[in-house]
Amino acid sequence: MGGDKPVSDTRTHNTEDYLRMYKQMVRIRAFEDNANQLYLSAKMPGLTHMYSGQEAVAVGICEALTDEDRITSTHRGHGHCVAKGAEFKAMFCELLGKEEGYCRGKGGSMHIADQSHGNLGANAIVGGSMGIATGAALSAKQLGKDFVTVCFFGDGATAQGLWYEVMNMAALWKLPVIYACENNGYSEYTKTEEIAAGSLTARAEAFGIEAFEVDGQDVLAVNELTNQLVERCRNGEGPFFMELKTYRYHGHHVGDINRDYYRSKDEEAEWKNVRDPITNFGKWLEDQNILSADELVAINNEIKAEAEAAVEYALNAPYPDTSEVDMHVFAGVDHALDYLGGARG
Amino acid sequence: MTREVTFSKAVNEAIAEEMRRDPTVFLIGEDVAEAGTPFKVLSGLVEEFGTGRVIDTPISEPGFMGMAVGAAMTGSRPIVDLMFGDFIYLVMDQLCNQAAKTHYMSGGKLKVPLVLRTNMGATRRSAAQHSQSLQAIVAHIPGLKVAMPSSAYEAKGLLKTAIRDDNPVVIFEDKLMYQDKALVPEEEYLIPFGQANVKREGRDITLVATSSMVQVAEEAADALAKDGISAEIIDPRTIVPLDEETILNSVRKTSRAIVIDEGHQSYGVTAEIAARISAKAFYHLDAPVIRMGAMDVPVPFSPALEDLTVPTAAGVADNARKICRGELLHAA
Repeated sequence: MGGDKPVSDTRTHNTEDYLRMYKQMVRIRAFEDNANQLYLSAKMPGLTHMYSGQEAVAVGICEALTDEDRITSTHRGHGHCVAKGAEFKAMFCELLGKEEGYCRGKGGSMHIADQSHGNLGANAIVGGSMGIATGAALSAKQLGKDFVTVCFFGDGATAQGLWYEVMNMAALWKLPVIYACENNGYSEYTKTEEIAAGSLTARAEAFGIEAFEVDGQDVLAVNELTNQLVERCRNGEGPFFMELKTYRYHGHHVGDINRDYYRSKDEEAEWKNVRDPITNFGKWLEDQNILSADELVAINNEIKAEAEAAVEYALNAPYPDTSEVDMHVFAGVDHALDYLGGARG
Repeated sequence: MTREVTFSKAVNEAIAEEMRRDPTVFLIGEDVAEAGTPFKVLSGLVEEFGTGRVIDTPISEPGFMGMAVGAAMTGSRPIVDLMFGDFIYLVMDQLCNQAAKTHYMSGGKLKVPLVLRTNMGATRRSAAQHSQSLQAIVAHIPGLKVAMPSSAYEAKGLLKTAIRDDNPVVIFEDKLMYQDKALVPEEEYLIPFGQANVKREGRDITLVATSSMVQVAEEAADALAKDGISAEIIDPRTIVPLDEETILNSVRKTSRAIVIDEGHQSYGVTAEIAARISAKAFYHLDAPVIRMGAMDVPVPFSPALEDLTVPTAAGVADNARKICRGELLHAA
């Protein structure tokens, strides 16, 4: 943690909160380490986008939310999913296309979500959920409810026109939505500075939206800011914009291994060795005498074992029955092909 | 009790009734409030329901379409007004990648109960970007239902059903029909999706026609009757889902079919329905199924050209006579 940063307010944070934040970050890292192994060992269908390195963003934000609060997630969405309350087993099952997955295997990595905790879905269209998040905030206003929606997206998505359309309406109508831009420095295989003119916060400010920059590797700083903004959203002061400076440890996706042409190994090493959100928060917990080094190791090991057990469970879990292929196309319709009359032949 | 009302009034009544019945329903789109849309279809609604439920947006079609998806996923039932059907191209990602797929991709856990009302129809001298009939493009996407009302009666009954449906529904209203009147019951009624209407019974040929093409088919049938040809007219009312059974039963009886829709003919609604008839009633057919869609050109502005691009009653009657005489329209 940065020495000159205000340590979070002790009135709102107690030891249990710190412990949960630490565990949630470790859980995300453990999930991703296993997901990566599943890819490398060819046990996972398709590709996936690793969240490792960005854990403090998802956890710092989601720890400030209730189950009623909504989030929209991205193609790099495992971290948001874990942080919003998902369990390993159903997540690994989804990753492997199994029936017990959160989406019954129909979504996979890029659409993973535990909907029961307010996750409106990961989205494989970059910036594709900006309308959905803003619409959820409109819904809160229409229905007279006080839930807040956080729209996660990356720096690459700031190049999508949709964002400017919905920010305009969110600002006009004072909607309870927080646009959380995880700036990990790279828009797929391109440096963000090559795709983004001017400053991102200035873009939000142009709509009269209050904008904040925060260190996305500092879970307490992220959580502190989000707590304030969520409360202000509930008081009708939204929308808000946060730019969270962070870094992804892996490539754009798990197959993006040789990436020297767009970023150096030295740069990656520096973020991992000096700015890792989990290591640094662990050190802070030690310094504050909240946890000992041994206790930290014990937590890490316990979560690692839980993740490995969940992987094993998912590997052995059944695929959906083939009869499910045309189920869930329409709400209220068991099998779409019967309904549409378009059976082949 | 019935009374004559315009197509436009029928749409307005359907929305007003559903907004009174269900407080989660709201309207969103460009100039829907005080302006009541350029076609004045929504006039009076903002006076009753206020700007909180009749929401004017900036000219940001992808933005408000996407917001409707998010609102629908979280307990609201938005009705989106898309000023011209041609603007569907602007909302394709939100409609086809988001709204249509969310229920499936979430394994049935998230629903998207929204209605997208928009229009279609050429010959209004509005040129290529305000005249298209794009229902085939939407009907192609699994997860979307598509309704095509052919009169004020259908407009009201189908729209009320759409608003109560838990899925995204797209309704295409022919903008040339807004002032057309039809008998509409005073009491509440709904028209279920997937139930075609046998608009006229006949023996010799089946005319399957959507939206305003039902009027074209009726005019053609009147002309054919004078020649002793008895045409049966089927209005599918929804093209997704499609009432295949009613269409096939008719063709099994008449042995001949022409399918008429105002979308472009190639890869269109007429092609789909003709293919199903050909595949499933092949041994009952005495002639190839004829497709009559809009000409495969952008809609031209000049009246001298535009009128050539849409199916006409004379064209339908001409094709019907040829089929009934045993002429092979598609012979080399």
